Amino acid sequence: MKNYNFAFLDESSKRAVRRALLKAVAIPGYQVPFGSRELPIGRGWGTGGIQITLSIIGKKDILKVIDQGSDDSVNAISIRSFVRAATGVRTTTDSQEATLIQTRHRIPEIPLRGDQILVLQVPLPEPLRMVEPLESVTKRMHAEMDYAPIWLALYENIVRSGDIELGADYPVMVENRYIMMPSPIPRFDNPKLHKSPALHLFGAGREKKIYALPPYTDVRSLCFEDYPFRVEDMSGRVCRLCGAKDVFMDEFFDPASGKRLYQCSDSGYCEKRKENQPRG
Amino acid sequence: MDKPFALELDGLVVRYGKGCPLCTDSAQALQRNRCPRCGSIWAVRDISLRVREGEILGVVGESGSGKSTLMRALYLDSQPTAGGYYLGRYHDGKTNIYSISLQQRKYIRSHLLGMVYQNPHLGLRMFFSAGANVAEKLIAAGNRNVRSMMNRTGTLLEHIEVPLGRLKEPPVNFSGGMQQRLQIAKAVANNPPVLLLDEVTTGLDLSVQARVLDLVKRIQREFGVTMIVVSHDLAVVRMLAGRTVVMLDGRIIEQGITDQILEDPRHIYTQTLVNSLL
Amino acid sequence: MAYVAVSGGQEAVENARALMEKYRQRGSREVDTGALENRMGLLIDRIMGEAGFYAPRYAALALKQAEGSPEEAVFLLRAYRSTLSRAHQSLPLDGAGMNIHRRISAAFKDIPGGQFLGATCDYTHRLLNFESADGEEPAGKEAAGEEAAPEGECPGPSGQTPRDTTADKSSQPVRANRLSQTLKEEGLLKQEEDTQAPQDITRQPLVFPAPRPARLQSLARADTGFISGLAYAGIRGFGPAHPTVGELRTGTLEVRIAHPLLEGECLVVGNICVTEVESFFSEEETAPGREEKEDPLKILESGQGDKADHSARPLSLAEGYGMVFGRNDTKAIAMSILDYSLDHEGDSPVQNQEFVLLHGDCLEMNGFISHLKLPHYVTFQSKLDRVRHTRGEER
Repeated sequence: MKNYNFAFLDESSKRAVRRALLKAVAIPGYQVPFGSRELPIGRGWGTGGIQITLSIIGKKDILKVIDQGSDDSVNAISIRSFVRAATGVRTTTDSQEATLIQTRHRIPEIPLRGDQILVLQVPLPEPLRMVEPLESVTKRMHAEMDYAPIWLALYENIVRSGDIELGADYPVMVENRYIMMPSPIPRFDNPKLHKSPALHLFGAGREKKIYALPPYTDVRSLCFEDYPFRVEDMSGRVCRLCGAKDVFMDEFFDPASGKRLYQCSDSGYCEKRKENQPRG
Repeated sequence: MDKPFALELDGLVVRYGKGCPLCTDSAQALQRNRCPRCGSIWAVRDISLRVREGEILGVVGESGSGKSTLMRALYLDSQPTAGGYYLGRYHDGKTNIYSISLQQRKYIRSHLLGMVYQNPHLGLRMFFSAGANVAEKLIAAGNRNVRSMMNRTGTLLEHIEVPLGRLKEPPVNFSGGMQQRLQIAKAVANNPPVLLLDEVTTGLDLSVQARVLDLVKRIQREFGVTMIVVSHDLAVVRMLAGRTVVMLDGRIIEQGITDQILEDPRHIYTQTLVNSLL
Repeated sequence: MAYVAVSGGQEAVENARALMEKYRQRGSREVDTGALENRMGLLIDRIMGEAGFYAPRYAALALKQAEGSPEEAVFLLRAYRSTLSRAHQSLPLDGAGMNIHRRISAAFKDIPGGQFLGATCDYTHRLLNFESADGEEPAGKEAAGEEAAPEGECPGPSGQTPRDTTADKSSQPVRANRLSQTLKEEGLLKQEEDTQAPQDITRQPLVFPAPRPARLQSLARADTGFISGLAYAGIRGFGPAHPTVGELRTGTLEVRIAHPLLEGECLVVGNICVTEVESFFSEEETAPGREEKEDPLKILESGQGDKADHSARPLSLAEGYGMVFGRNDTKAIAMSILDYSLDHEGDSPVQNQEFVLLHGDCLEMNGFISHLKLPHYVTFQSKLDRVRHTRGEER
């Protein structure tokens, strides 16, 4: 991309994003408002994550971009080619090779290391939104740790239907202080956030918020003592491509056999397993 | 005779508006509770109270006399203009609650106070189940065990004579009296040492009123809760409170043993009130 | 081709882009950006306003590139705007100093300085003109020899109509004091000095309650249709009041910056065309304090002052303000209505700052709605898991 700065945004904009990131890292789980810039990619399509990526990426970084776990998803391709065009950095599909991973809706299956950064795209950063529509009120509620309404909503869910019915984007408590949305990752991925050695950065472009989990942060999914948190049940599912078990699976319906088939949601992980398998 | 105090107010002032030298310097300048120059309303003026543990204090006065403002200040719904507020169960009554952080005040509201509003819409979440409404107080106080909360809720509903079958129903479907009883169950869910009741029977039928008042008396008898009962109706206060203060234009104009006030009212306003009772 | 990325996503994206380009270049006739800029002026104005970026030539380019979709054009401009560093901040622009091309008042028949319609289709009959179909329209006088009109020019001399009282026959722009100035001097309109420093919502996100400069900026950048609909709802019954358009004026303003070297001097960096509206609302003069309900016991206190308050409270006029890029009367009026509504607390949706200010941004609303087209199969899988789980328990 000629006529544009390295990583698209001008330097002062990138600095502004980095300042917000520093604050976010200093207060894990706290949503830092920032002056979200407009990008050539649509609001709601990952602009929060992209602004973070553009602001922290360096020429030596190796970038991986995934959407729904897949490197080959149209949105992942679009973001990857934009960042590559704007920076010229090398890209990869191997999560272990990458220094910087931008993701939507998944956390890679192979545990992240301390020298890696995961950037998550966030559509709705405010966990209190389900109980309170006003930003001015939710801001005060966070300050006062007034989280009873969220717990009440979960309790009401149990009273009425016998269980907590939240699917993905299941809220977590960070360091016993802030309740935070982990972005719409499946519940399956929530435990990966707890005490992870990697830095996790969350960007919500449209809502203009940035938040972070520094390495080794205490992150617990909300639950009651007698209603424990449960991840999606993947038991008995085997990947049709690589034979993996106990990872998050996509589901396919095979019209020929009428059976349900499964396949690793994390395509990079699946590829790698296939490569390492002895050919036979 | 000196039981430890449950609640103390020292020189509470609540002013709406900026105030000006005229009304700040001299209370005499006010017309009723309004400053003729700057238009500020002095809703509560220099009120001091001391309530002993287990006592029920009545507060009577006409609408606009400052009763509800007083109750809002006591339940920490609003920050007063000046004054001290102490609870016997908080730091042994040594810390002014109006000077502490909002987070701490939240703790006090969840653990040490219960409130029943005149308008049930303020005290209940009308579209949540009755069960969740009662549990809200328990959750706010840190309970994270569903079964124990459900048990406690069941006991309380029984106590207030709401059929258990209506546990999942939202209070918006309930009658006025039932909503008030549900508010009371919610307010006492954590066994708070202090309970605040603001016009609990206003707008209810006489027979329903009697049931609510009976419930309040039972709670006081069984749990020894300290209460402040606000009403414009002297009959309610006569039934519940041992001691009564009479408010007019934001001030206390008379106070004493309830029976004594009824028999020998001093202030002309109190005399009108007592006469209207007959 | 599969829509989700089982594989082949890269190829699919490239093919889609190529096909899009093919659609855009349908037919043999090229679209000239200069012609777009000149002949699609109102659309250009609207796009610039919603983009918050005054650049007619780029707006024309964006429109051409976006196959005529206004929201895509706004998108392109906003994205480009993000890459520009901010060299200067202009000095405050004052609509009172406008070179006026159009000025009307719905409040008075005659206003000091006069009314003139300028370029407007308000009083035309909306009949399809088949004579102006392809190729039959004569080329404009200007267009014959010149390129686009210079940046910041409001096109067209003011039209002469019976409503014009003092329209300048030579079609030179005129200057006039604002009508509101006169009313303020008479003490009918509240005189409010706004000393708040402007805040740029593209640099600092909105905080609530939002200060007025931030509110006005949000409204000025908002989607025209969105704020027109809201303002309509507001005056139709879901809002506090009904306005009178005190003054609507369209014209050019000089954009000036402080001279970088000479203190006290300034430099003109260009002209922009804007539409400014001041709407008037009548309201009771607000007295502090609240009304108390009738109470029989009050008789006791009769003769004590309160009574006087119940007699007529004086009425006064309050103002709502709107200013938008280019010629866009409706948006400017809608903005003035919402400005007033947001300034007055109440329960209606148009008085709810977060409702009004957070949902009208062209990029944000279109972006979030269109993101629903992205695959959601992880979240859906998660949802499915819960559905199966609870159904399994039932069995």
